[in-house]
Amino acid sequence: MNPGRKRQVRLVVSLTLAVLLAGGLIYTSFSAADEALTPTQLLAQARPGTEYELTGTVVSGSVRHLANGVLDFRLADRAGGGRSVPVRYTGAVPDPFRVGRELIVTVSKGGAGFVAQSGSMVTKCPSKYSPAKSA
Amino acid sequence: MAVVGRAALILALLTALFGIGASLYGARRGRREWVDAGRRSVYALLAILSVAFAILELAFINNDFAYNTVANNSSITTPLFYRAAAMWGSQEGSLLLWVWLLSLWSSLAVFVTRNRMREIVPYAVSVLLGFGAFFSSLLVFFATPFALTSPAPVNGAGLDPLLRNPSMMIHPPMLYSGYTFFTIPFAFAVGALITRRVDAEWIQVTRRFALASWLFLGLGILLGARWAYYEIGWGGYWGWDAVENAALMPWLISTAFLHSVMIQEKRGMLKIWNASLVLGASTLAIVGTFLVRSGVLNSIHAFGASTLGVPFVILISAMVAGSIYLVVSRRQVLRSEHRLDSLFSREAAFMLNNVLLVGLTFVIFWGTFFPLISGAITGTESEVGAPWFDRYTVPLALMLVLLSGIGPVIPWRRATLANARRNFTLPLLAALAMLVASFTLIPISSSPATVALFCCAVFVFAAVGQEFWRGWRVRRATSSDTPPGALLSMVRRNRRRYGGYIVHVGVAVLFVGVAASATFQRSHYVELKPGQSDVVAGYTMKVVRPTAAIVTDPTSTGALLTLGAIVRVSRSGHYVTTLHPTAEFFPDPSGAEGPVGSLIGGDSVSELSLDSSFRRDISAAIDAPSVQGALQGEINRANFLVNSDKAGPKARVDLSYLLLAAIAHGYLTHTPAAQFKLTSSPLVMWLWVGALIVFAGGLTAIWPTGGATARVRARYFARVAQDLGRA
Repeated sequence: MNPGRKRQVRLVVSLTLAVLLAGGLIYTSFSAADEALTPTQLLAQARPGTEYELTGTVVSGSVRHLANGVLDFRLADRAGGGRSVPVRYTGAVPDPFRVGRELIVTVSKGGAGFVAQSGSMVTKCPSKYSPAKSA
Repeated sequence: MAVVGRAALILALLTALFGIGASLYGARRGRREWVDAGRRSVYALLAILSVAFAILELAFINNDFAYNTVANNSSITTPLFYRAAAMWGSQEGSLLLWVWLLSLWSSLAVFVTRNRMREIVPYAVSVLLGFGAFFSSLLVFFATPFALTSPAPVNGAGLDPLLRNPSMMIHPPMLYSGYTFFTIPFAFAVGALITRRVDAEWIQVTRRFALASWLFLGLGILLGARWAYYEIGWGGYWGWDAVENAALMPWLISTAFLHSVMIQEKRGMLKIWNASLVLGASTLAIVGTFLVRSGVLNSIHAFGASTLGVPFVILISAMVAGSIYLVVSRRQVLRSEHRLDSLFSREAAFMLNNVLLVGLTFVIFWGTFFPLISGAITGTESEVGAPWFDRYTVPLALMLVLLSGIGPVIPWRRATLANARRNFTLPLLAALAMLVASFTLIPISSSPATVALFCCAVFVFAAVGQEFWRGWRVRRATSSDTPPGALLSMVRRNRRRYGGYIVHVGVAVLFVGVAASATFQRSHYVELKPGQSDVVAGYTMKVVRPTAAIVTDPTSTGALLTLGAIVRVSRSGHYVTTLHPTAEFFPDPSGAEGPVGSLIGGDSVSELSLDSSFRRDISAAIDAPSVQGALQGEINRANFLVNSDKAGPKARVDLSYLLLAAIAHGYLTHTPAAQFKLTSSPLVMWLWVGALIVFAGGLTAIWPTGGATARVRARYFARVAQDLGRA
């Protein structure tokens, strides 16, 4: 084989390999991802055995600290309105967790409501980079 | 003063625009005085922005709540140290910090190149000022830090207690320095491409700027990781958070560039690739800045609604389109002078390293932007979690660590069997020994990746150690230096080479820390009362007694109430250490939770208590929300008492504090059970040690050496002459 042709073959092989790898990556990202839903969407479409990324704000008066570090609370849509979902959570609670705070938690259907994956809670802190907060 | 600040920002924008015009006009018409005026605009920009920066910083320090941004991000009760740092807790303040650092580093770059690269510099200056104009106009038109409210509020909302950590003072400025520094290689690459002068001098200057930006950004990332390691609920030192990823991507591309540029310098290859890497790294740095401010992705770095998305998208589009145009239209200048001789050569190892780094960046990019991608394709936003990232990044990282051992010892052009035997025997034997040792030390089946990484790391240590040993022996034989002197002079005579080797060792050490802590870390969340204990990875952690501090504020963060516990750690009956985790409670300015509840009803922060050693870190944290939950009954009763009191408002405030003190005292005598996070993390210290070694190596490589330019130029001309002779 002449060098030019050899280079062409090499290029085609490596490009094919790159495309295959990228394809695998893209495929797994779709199959491994959890859908990010609001409480209203979750109530409408949750199937048992599937995990979801639930985003919502903590409902006032819903937070209860139970024994053994179990935390019960309800999440409502950030936009307001709609229904709220009960969540049972165990594991580390991020410091900004409070009534009215927005948070993301990985949940699946279970018990009387939704059970959160232990330690999956991420809170969004509304004071940073947000428009003026009323002091 | 706000008027002066606002005027300074407008003046900064005008100065930047004037400088762009002057530089371009001077370059086109060959008018030196206009080029000089353009260069002086950069210094002027620095001076003007320094005034604006100082005015805002003074407003924060002096509690001038007439400024909206001060009122929203600082307060009387915020300690001075954090008031000074509160400026970059806000969107406007952090943008001002960004553009000020941009002007600072641009001035440095312009000063360093004042007598060099006369054709490229005017264009580079106009690109740098272009960034300056962009960010100044954001401050003038979209997010002005000098907006006032009249009458001024008596107090502000305070800096978010989560940000009251000494890292707040250094992490954002360092990270922004990294981001802003990336505009410099970008500017010089654009200048070189426009003038078609992609030569040895350009390589030498750009390489140094790229190395500096790589160092700054790396240090910024590291400080962020260190901070996240201390903060509960931030996912440890690395959580594949969108903003963390955003900072890592330009850093990885920059790492790729620092390697492949050596091939261009030595062999005149990969010029298109290198130009693309420089331009791509800088564009990704701006993408990172965009991510923090646009609110397009969910992140613990928490963005509210922001209006800055559109201008950033325009800037990024312009950078991408301009870069593609320049590379494509200049492809003749960027033609390769050589072909790859062999797949077993340093060039090939570098290329593989580049492919892996770019692949890694692609993985991270895809995962980071996946919510947007899936939203566009399927209609619902989905997120990939840390396991997805790990699946791809772990094997790529393993290969990269292995390559960092192969790269330094494989020869240029073509490796022969003889020198392969000479260079690889010892490292391979060392890796093999590590493999055998790990069978006896750790259950290999628990984590094959970790064992593989340990072997790769040992391979790197042996390979680099062998290089140092050989160089040192030669140096000792050819000079009259003392043994340590010979080592020093060897490194000094070739800083880049040995600096690079030190970086490689540091990276391997860092990954040892990452792999060990990721695999063998044990964490328990348990509910404990004084007297109770829990065993984590062999360490018995016993809550000895509670602590409470009201108003005294032991950590100087401005907390009103600090509750904690003394935790005694022992191992097989022997005392190890004592930890003191605390939960800090801050007032709620809205007063929504009653007179007593509001005193501590604001934010709460868990302060981790950590005992570090080279073998392991042991830490304990007390969960602040659980403590607050346990005290809620008493707080409700105290609220009721104050509310039913008929005294005047001042007496009620006094009573509220008195009752809070009583609650704190009650906590000491009748301590409720609290939720503890107890962690044992082996070898995690080596992550930080490795990072320090990386930076020591980086500094060694970047340290100015006399005559470096001359050497690079001589090497370049020698190569051209050799090629001419061959042709």
